[in-house]
Amino acid sequence: MSFLLPCPNCGPRDVNEFAYAGEVTHRPRTTPSQQELSAYVYFRRNVAGVQREWWYHRFGCELWFLADRDTRTNEVLHTELPQASAETPAAR
Amino acid sequence: MRLPQQPNERIDRARPIRFFFGGRPVEGFEGDTIGSALFASGRRVFSRSFKYHRRRGLLCCSGACPNCMMQVDGDPNVRVCVEPVREGAQVHAQNVLGSLERDLLAAVDHFGGPFTPVGFYYRTMIRPRGMWPVYEKFLRNIAGLGRLDKHAGRSRRFDTEHRRAEVLVIGGGRAGREAARSAAAEGRQVVLVDERGVPGANGDFEVLAPARAIGIYEGGLVPVDAGSVLYRFRAERIVVATGALEQPLVFPGNDLVGVYLPEAARRLVDEWSLKPGERAVIVSADDRGLAVADQLQRAGTSVVESIDLRSAPPRQLAARGRRGRLTSVVVDGREVQCDMLVASGGRQPAYSLLAQAGARIEYNAGRGIFVPSDLPANVEAVGSVAGELAPAAVPAASFNGADEAGRCFVCVCEDVTEKDMKRAIAEGFDSIELAKRYTTVTMGPCQGRLCHVPAIRLFAREQETDEATIGTTTARPPWAPVSLGLLAGRGHEPTKRTSIHHRHEEAGATMMWTGLWRRAHSYEHAGNEALNVHRALGVIDVSTLGKLLVQGPDAARFLELLYPNRFGDMKVGRIRYGVLGTDAGRIMDDGTIARLGDEQYYVTTTSTGADTVIEWFEWWNAIWRLDVETVNLTGSLAAVNVAGPRSRQLLGRLADVDTSNDGISYLDAKETLVAGVPCLILRIGFVGELGYELHFASPYGEYMWDTLLEYGADLGIRPFGLEPQRILRLEKMHILIGQDTDSESNVLEAGMPWIAKLDKDDFVGKWALEHVQERGFREQLVGFEMTDGVVPAEGGQIVLGGRSAGRVTSARLSPQLGRAIGMAWVRPELAQEDTEIEIRVNGGVASARVRLKPFFDPEGAQLRS
Repeated sequence: MSFLLPCPNCGPRDVNEFAYAGEVTHRPRTTPSQQELSAYVYFRRNVAGVQREWWYHRFGCELWFLADRDTRTNEVLHTELPQASAETPAAR
Repeated sequence: MRLPQQPNERIDRARPIRFFFGGRPVEGFEGDTIGSALFASGRRVFSRSFKYHRRRGLLCCSGACPNCMMQVDGDPNVRVCVEPVREGAQVHAQNVLGSLERDLLAAVDHFGGPFTPVGFYYRTMIRPRGMWPVYEKFLRNIAGLGRLDKHAGRSRRFDTEHRRAEVLVIGGGRAGREAARSAAAEGRQVVLVDERGVPGANGDFEVLAPARAIGIYEGGLVPVDAGSVLYRFRAERIVVATGALEQPLVFPGNDLVGVYLPEAARRLVDEWSLKPGERAVIVSADDRGLAVADQLQRAGTSVVESIDLRSAPPRQLAARGRRGRLTSVVVDGREVQCDMLVASGGRQPAYSLLAQAGARIEYNAGRGIFVPSDLPANVEAVGSVAGELAPAAVPAASFNGADEAGRCFVCVCEDVTEKDMKRAIAEGFDSIELAKRYTTVTMGPCQGRLCHVPAIRLFAREQETDEATIGTTTARPPWAPVSLGLLAGRGHEPTKRTSIHHRHEEAGATMMWTGLWRRAHSYEHAGNEALNVHRALGVIDVSTLGKLLVQGPDAARFLELLYPNRFGDMKVGRIRYGVLGTDAGRIMDDGTIARLGDEQYYVTTTSTGADTVIEWFEWWNAIWRLDVETVNLTGSLAAVNVAGPRSRQLLGRLADVDTSNDGISYLDAKETLVAGVPCLILRIGFVGELGYELHFASPYGEYMWDTLLEYGADLGIRPFGLEPQRILRLEKMHILIGQDTDSESNVLEAGMPWIAKLDKDDFVGKWALEHVQERGFREQLVGFEMTDGVVPAEGGQIVLGGRSAGRVTSARLSPQLGRAIGMAWVRPELAQEDTEIEIRVNGGVASARVRLKPFFDPEGAQLRS
């Protein structure tokens, strides 16, 4: 991997400056059923195409942000700082 | 041995340079390459081939083929045809047992015929299986090229430099220079990279030479090998002007010494003023090859026959030789005596970098060349690499010769013959990608420069199809050979040291790695250091702990959402043990949380978890947007733990505060001066004895350490390391994250149910813990005590009735208790006080008893004393 990733704060930087944290997940708002919990914690869409995902500018401004990246080409279409009430950190 | 001065010669006859070949001096001139100087000295055999150890001589003189690879000053696989001479260089032949003239391994060529077909090792050396180590030793010895000096590890220094260019031009030929010049004229910042120098560059643009682009990677990253520096170029526009590569012809004896590509003959005469032979035959698919006749005539070589493949292609072509040297060429049954054969199958665009960048490579059947198309947006191809080549004949895939004895090489790097290719196809390797991996054609040092197209042509003919159908194999970096040292860059190992580090070294501590940190394992004897904490007083450097300040109106809420614990009800000045979990319920990290103010908490993490924890905090708050800030104080604060029954006495001498049990009671946090240094005192007990953790500004580290040792001397203070700390914490059954827990562990099964406040509305991991409680425990973390004192291995299996029933996570001999103790995950039914379990030890089984309460001071009386 050597593509450039535009940090919303710092601009385009080498991807090696960032930590990748997987596609976004949606944390249940109310107590989930066991199935919903498993889906949230363990299941990912793993799309071949544009994926919304988390990145952290570890060797830069140390901000978390969201990116829309085509997983087939590594083309990054859009990046933005997260808005309140949007996606939650990936369950781990 | 040189010709009279040639019009464009590169050598400076006034400046002789001397180097050594095989220990004997060789004279050359400034401007020579090691190869040209050796040629001038009369040398014609430059190497022995990879598999058959056949004699090989200069073939391309352009740094493409493997024929002139030698050891130069210890570096293997240097192509001496392009390596400039340097005074005193030590040059040696490689891949020979004996000398270039008498190589004992050449027996392979004479007798090894039936034993060395393609795929021989794969098929033969797998049986009998037990023999592999014997085969391997033999194969490792003769396989590979060149010898590495095992002691030269860091003898050279390599660096990496990140660079930008508006326009990066790769290749300094006519087209490359023009592209660079016109881009520079438009006011662009241009860098041109070339393997050799670039004549006529006058400062309009920067020239990097000798340097080679080794690939075009994703995102337009172009690493450029400039010897000891690797430039990682990012360019807005990449102009590829890598030109075209002369292709050899495939005929029996085509590897004999004396068979050249046209460029070799041209350079030998024009650049180094050398006479390449006496009698030459030229066979060429294009004018460029035929034109070499001019050079040869100038050099006094008589061109006895010149064959133009466009007008009069022969049906048969073969070369004959003696002792590996060309003696004659047989054309359609007619033998022509000669010592030189210039054979060219025309030129092919050197498109590899473009293919790596994502271009499509298409076969142009009419012209017989592979041409790049559909270039990515920021990549451009100019000159012959784009297919701008003079018309040439499409040569036959191979010529059968009158001389059946001569091997017919498709790939001179790996000694792959036409027969090998046919055999691979017959065995079912009907795709070029598979046949490539099986025969290793195109996988040698030339990376397909000389064999890629011939292999495709041969494949197409044998499969009775065309080159377009066969297609090319995937082009991958590196396009040019690159030393591993350059890729590795400068040798350095990131290391974190605490501000007290040198005191540990001075005290003779054995140091160990924990993550990036260097820590004292022990100073003298781990067991004695542990005992001293129990009996008197110990001090340990715990500056490696992660230290975070969490501050803001929402600080309590923030921490309560992140941790299963409750923190809002804590009084200012109190401490609570916290375990951080994920939504999967797994334990992530642990530490202490001290409330320093209504809106301020001081959070410690494990030594290796600090970065992960702060990233985790920031991540959640990127969503929650709570009014809270997290500051990482790990590096700016040092910390020491003073522990043992006499620790209060010591602290009483140094602290500006009442150190009685009422002044600072167990789990109190107090900010005060200790030895004049502003400190945060945390009264906690990881090691099980009365103890105080002092956190203070890093620069005071050594002063504080020295002062504690000085004022504690009469109390029997001794520093203790990580290993004694591990013994002490195990006596208390305090878990170590990552040692006693793994990616499946949760606080409930790890025996800390009081941590999880499941009545809270929400916290990260709440639902998973509720689920664990509902489904019941699958395993539990317990302590155990060995019956006979033997210490089981960590990871050792716990057995019950001959079946696995758990695993040991920690085990130590406790000098205080005089017993072997440990912790283990066991099946829930075994998690009862005093249950007998068995643990596999050294092939046998030893018995142990389950313990649920700390081995030492189970009620915590010492901690509260």
